[in-house]
Amino acid sequence: MSKIASKDDAPLLRMHNIGKRYGGVTALDRVDFACRSGSIHAVLGENGAGKSTMIKIIAGVVEPSSGEVFFDGRRVRFINPAEATHNGIVCIFQELSLLPDLTVADNICITDPPRRFGLIDGRAQRRRAAELLARVGCADVHPMELVKDLSLSRRQMVEIAKALGRNPKLLILDEATSALTAADVASVYAILHRLRDDGLAILYISHRMHEIAELADVCSVFRNGRHIETFPKGSHSDDEIVELMIGREYRHVFPPKPARSAPPPPVLAIERLTWSPRLHDISLTVGRGEIVGLGGLDGQGQRELLLGLFGVLRGVTGTIAVEGRAVRPTSPRQAKTPAVGMALIPEDRKTEGLMLPMSVRDNVSLASVAQLTRGLTVDRAAEARRIDEMIRQLAIKVDDIDRPVATLSGGNQQKVVIAKWLMTSARIILLNDPTRGIDVGTKQEIYQLLRKLADRGAAILLYSTDYDELVGCCDRVAIIYQGRILRELRDAEITEHNIVASSLNLGLSGGAGAAA
Amino acid sequence: MIELRLWISQRSGMLLAIALFVLMFTIYIGNHPAGLTVNVATTAANKGVLLALVAMAQTLPVLTGGLDLSVGMVFILCNCLASHLIIGSPFQVALGIAAVLATGIAAGAVSGAIVVYGRLQPIITTLATGAVYYGLALLLRPVPGGEIDTDLADFITYQLFDTVPTTLVLLAIVATAVWLPFRLSETGRGCLAVGSAEGAAFMSGVAIDRAKLLAYVLSGLLAAIAGLLLTFITFSGEASAPAGGTYTLNSIASVVIGGTSLFGGSGGIIGSIFGAFVLRTIEDLLFVFDLPPLWQPLFQGIVLLAAVSLGAGRVFRVRNRLELFG
Repeated sequence: MSKIASKDDAPLLRMHNIGKRYGGVTALDRVDFACRSGSIHAVLGENGAGKSTMIKIIAGVVEPSSGEVFFDGRRVRFINPAEATHNGIVCIFQELSLLPDLTVADNICITDPPRRFGLIDGRAQRRRAAELLARVGCADVHPMELVKDLSLSRRQMVEIAKALGRNPKLLILDEATSALTAADVASVYAILHRLRDDGLAILYISHRMHEIAELADVCSVFRNGRHIETFPKGSHSDDEIVELMIGREYRHVFPPKPARSAPPPPVLAIERLTWSPRLHDISLTVGRGEIVGLGGLDGQGQRELLLGLFGVLRGVTGTIAVEGRAVRPTSPRQAKTPAVGMALIPEDRKTEGLMLPMSVRDNVSLASVAQLTRGLTVDRAAEARRIDEMIRQLAIKVDDIDRPVATLSGGNQQKVVIAKWLMTSARIILLNDPTRGIDVGTKQEIYQLLRKLADRGAAILLYSTDYDELVGCCDRVAIIYQGRILRELRDAEITEHNIVASSLNLGLSGGAGAAA
Repeated sequence: MIELRLWISQRSGMLLAIALFVLMFTIYIGNHPAGLTVNVATTAANKGVLLALVAMAQTLPVLTGGLDLSVGMVFILCNCLASHLIIGSPFQVALGIAAVLATGIAAGAVSGAIVVYGRLQPIITTLATGAVYYGLALLLRPVPGGEIDTDLADFITYQLFDTVPTTLVLLAIVATAVWLPFRLSETGRGCLAVGSAEGAAFMSGVAIDRAKLLAYVLSGLLAAIAGLLLTFITFSGEASAPAGGTYTLNSIASVVIGGTSLFGGSGGIIGSIFGAFVLRTIEDLLFVFDLPPLWQPLFQGIVLLAAVSLGAGRVFRVRNRLELFG
């Protein structure tokens, strides 16, 4: 598959026919991939393209369902990260692998500390940590500080120092620069170039196109669990790379969007909402009957925006107005009161959406128990009527509403979460990636439902990691990049190409030029 | 200079416990009719060291993010066993001590293995194993009694060179022999790593199973040493359920007062020792001020609440309310 393979030097890492399935979902499909020493190899793809799964297989975090991995000329099968590290594969993951309660020196030398008389030599360990910190340009971090007392950017630099201390042959960076300050990014680039010249193989996953232009020697594009193409830097334009990432795929069926002559009156108006350092000056309106999408790459602040509106975050500044009245909910309990009228369908239904061991009945009515209470007790008849109505409206497949909700399928569970919030008669519905991990049929039912709710007057703010969904569902899409709204797409501008390009902070097609 | 500042700030809980103990003990001695005599110190030391050893045993599982409700029962079991075995020729006594310590290690290993390999929650696991150990203690000593080598017992519970309480020396030796290698070994640091962030520890290639198992094994060993000491102090064995329960709960209190986080990952044995001393000194203070000993639980509760409140400041700094539940 690799188009740059030459015959005389064998690749350091070679993956052959790798497949990985999670239940019925194929995360990787017959992937062949190779990377070689002395080069920086960028891996590109949309959310869910299979990049992370591949990295996890290389690092020994997950085992492939099929296929073979060769490293340094030998067939390998790592059963845990320790074994991969031992063989010279070192990973820097998006979620930091640092131990917050331990010191920087302890963290850097966690698996292979210097010893004296069989015990850890604290002084030598501090010295080694100081050396490595100096190497990554972080001499200001003291080895005895606790990791939890460092800023996020410094922590990430400690993570990089820790990785270098393990003398890798293959260094993998998975979005490792996402939290770095500009100064730290510059020193990371310098280190990576030096390591490459020293003969290391570096796998680099990033969503920032300009980083790839600056760093990579070779690029590989993944899509839908497949390795699409590997090419040397400069052989494709940015536009062509975006096309490779999107490809031609199965399209969902979406309900038609209403034609509008004028923008509808806003129900939710956000002005200069800030929660530093994750959100900056977010101004956005959602009108009556409108579905507004939040786009962009994962983790740019979309989740925080929804949580901030719903009263989960402390220290949010800026104004939030509902129907023209300023509101400032300080808890979900306040956010759902009729005066505010918000509902949030959370990202993870298992931890934030459902009480899994409780019955379908109790889950559906949980958020509206107060509304259903007459005197001191819940009006069981009214509750049953409302639940019945919801189950019919959402077509939840359940034979007995006293069953624990854990026994339902993923799609039906998600419908229970939605039903819970519809029962509160909210006027503003916030959705955080509501179709993740559910089947296509249920997805389409949810699309229909969202449009129906909008037509009845709800204002809907939808964050989705599936660009297709944003294109098909939304009247407007706000692209968030590093905590700011980078661009707002409307009507014919809402195309997958424009969303992907904006998410990567590139110009729109048609040569509009890159935005700042 | 910066080293010193970091060193102090990272051990504030422990230093606070030491300061509190010094303050309380000074008041106690100041008001004691006899002042600081060797006998007063030895009595205080014997009681304090007993709880300190059990508190040390509790600390290790807590550091891994767990809890060991069986420490008090291992302590009682070893007391009952020792009341049978620590008698006879010096060789027999030595063999008896070894058998008691081995029993503690085995008890800890069983709890640890169930937690690590059975993946059960530490609280319920150790509640169950604790009941089993207490059951065994009852079989060994249906009624209080037993006989032990009085020469050895006297040696341990009096003074060294007529000046230093022997139990304090013993405590210092045990603490150094356990904590130093623990803090400076890969497995020991693995315990802290597991308690700090188990997922990150796994991703860093830390041997997490071995670390957790070691914490429970050492916990059993320390509880066994405490059981031996109890036998030397009382000259007998007694399968007392109230004593076992009280020691377990007081050990948790000592750990918290000593600055170890119940979430795991930070703290240490030295803090727990002084946490235990603080709890013990409350009793002595009530005595010198002629207050009824019935007030002791009330004061212990207040001290514990105050200690826990110091650690609660975090709650006010959390910016994402969801993190309050994590």
